[in-house]
Amino acid sequence: MDASVDPQLAVNKTPLVANGRSMDWVTEKVSSIVETRTPFWWWIAFMITSPVALMGLCCIAYQISTGVGVWGENHPVGWAWDITNFVFWIGIGHAGTLISAILFLTRQKWRTSINRASEAMTLFAVVCAGIFPGIHVGRVWMAWFLAPVPWYEGIWPNFRSPLLWDVFAVSTYFTVSVLFWYTGLVPDLATLRDRTTSRVKKFFFTLFALGWRGSNRNWRHYEMAYLILAGISTPLVLSVHSVVSFDFATSVIPGWHTTIFPPYFVAGAIFGGFAMVLTILIPARILYPQLKDLITPQHIDRMCKIILLTGSIVGYAYAMEFFIAWYGGNPYEQWLFLRNRLADPYIIGPMLHVTPAPYWWAYWSMITCNVLSPQVFWFKKNRYNLWVVFIIVNFVNAGMWFERFVIIVTSIANDFMPSMWHLYHPSWVEIGTFVGTFGIFLSLFLLFMRYLPMIAMSEIKIVLPESDPHYVAPGTAEAETHHSTH
Amino acid sequence: MIATAQPPKVYGIAAEFPSASALYHAAEQIRDAGFKRWDVYTPFPVHGMDKAMGLGKSWLSAVVLCGGLTGLLTAVVLESYPSLIEYQTVVNGKPTDWATVPAFVPIFFELTILCSAFATVIALMVMSQLPRWNHPMFNWERFSRVGDNGFFLAIEARDPKFAEEKTRTLLESIGGHHVTLIHDY
Repeated sequence: MDASVDPQLAVNKTPLVANGRSMDWVTEKVSSIVETRTPFWWWIAFMITSPVALMGLCCIAYQISTGVGVWGENHPVGWAWDITNFVFWIGIGHAGTLISAILFLTRQKWRTSINRASEAMTLFAVVCAGIFPGIHVGRVWMAWFLAPVPWYEGIWPNFRSPLLWDVFAVSTYFTVSVLFWYTGLVPDLATLRDRTTSRVKKFFFTLFALGWRGSNRNWRHYEMAYLILAGISTPLVLSVHSVVSFDFATSVIPGWHTTIFPPYFVAGAIFGGFAMVLTILIPARILYPQLKDLITPQHIDRMCKIILLTGSIVGYAYAMEFFIAWYGGNPYEQWLFLRNRLADPYIIGPMLHVTPAPYWWAYWSMITCNVLSPQVFWFKKNRYNLWVVFIIVNFVNAGMWFERFVIIVTSIANDFMPSMWHLYHPSWVEIGTFVGTFGIFLSLFLLFMRYLPMIAMSEIKIVLPESDPHYVAPGTAEAETHHSTH
Repeated sequence: MIATAQPPKVYGIAAEFPSASALYHAAEQIRDAGFKRWDVYTPFPVHGMDKAMGLGKSWLSAVVLCGGLTGLLTAVVLESYPSLIEYQTVVNGKPTDWATVPAFVPIFFELTILCSAFATVIALMVMSQLPRWNHPMFNWERFSRVGDNGFFLAIEARDPKFAEEKTRTLLESIGGHHVTLIHDY
């Protein structure tokens, strides 16, 4: 190799921060989002999302005060939109942790401009997810029964139940994500503290920056702490959706009792999560044009590639699940896949002479959105076209919701006993609650964008060439000697 | 407190450097000059700075190991005692004996992670001597750029090798700008 070529540049031709921006530029542009007046569009957006959030909270209040009977659940469909929405939201969180932890361990430097916003997205998605199992227990005031305390008649929870594992997994996930996110925020809060002129802001930034001053004796421990948090978050994020999948996989219900579930769920979670990251970052990038040099088309391209990869893994999992249903020879499972999911009224149903499956539209929406639509990302032109990307990732968002609906509802609506069969339809309360969680999620994200640095300034400075202690500015006398010595 | 008319105590002498690489080389020289109580301040962790300052590997990981083991042990006791001894829950006639221990593993794992994460953050705070409301370095006006693009080096007055004039000359000779005496108000 030509020794004069910087190995970093040789591997990575496009710089991660476009247009050769300086450190000062990064600080100025990222902080300006927090420091300048609230833009008009922000108020418009918040005036839309916050009433939606309020509507969701009202639906929840109505459901708690009246009872779970206000939902469309029945026997045998005891889990429906509530658990679908829970798995949907918890899955979305996974992309944030993947970006902050797994891409950190694998030295993917491009993560630095998207990790903060993605981690925030994780937290808000987990907040939305946590609502559903909480309210679906019916008598919410008894939810403390989930905690391992024998305060009622000496009764302990069942530690052998995947549902209790889930309580531990999700609460650990949320707590560790908050700690990781906050640790990353501290140096940036210190930057804002040092810049602000407002006394009130100064007080809060001083409080939350914990007295951080960029000391190398602190950075030394900080870097180790960050590495460890990334190291423990990596198996954690893989475990969370695995444990969620155990809620289904350890049962004996055809369609749930599947060993492929843990990896299939994890891939699906990352898939859906990256779609949500792009869904919020593409508009954010347009609304705050200063972010365009930080979140470059290159970043979007790479996220699209991850969506293509994980979407294809999910597609493989669908195929394999179907194959095993046939190959396993279990008549109930075969029946379920064909007659509850696959058989549509137009092609497969008439071809095989079977009655169309009641939820065929959900199954085929899932296949179209999750397996077919991301295939357009094979072409570079599509990955660089923001309209195409935005439309496809919203297909993926919808498809991942359908996936959970298909898994949960089609498996239990028509189970072993025909006398028990009962189709499921959501009530307005369920629809309102689900739509409301989007309001909660987007309102929280808007507040985050407005009041906290949405790009990790201290981290993005590391990927700038001048952060290297052996960097020599091009065109200087030093640079000439630097070249000749190589 | 009794107000005294004494002049403010000197915290140390600080200098600003134009870039990460200038600070890196300056740190090497301060290290070689034998100073012990000094620090550099940067907007981001500079790669290799620990070595340039003569600092070893952070031992934070040892604390985290202890935290993780505490979490694991908590989970072992929390799950085994009720489920195997005190309150055996029989669900659908399934066994409750020692052979069911694999079902405890997910919570072993989760609590190990949870306690490791808390240990990491608490150890980071304790080892960095944070949180704190103020620091003498904040008294220096130029220092407000440390989170932006400022690179600083400060030698504390309590360093045995510290001598106001000599240290000032040293910092200037290794390329430091705006060499300033920092007071500890």
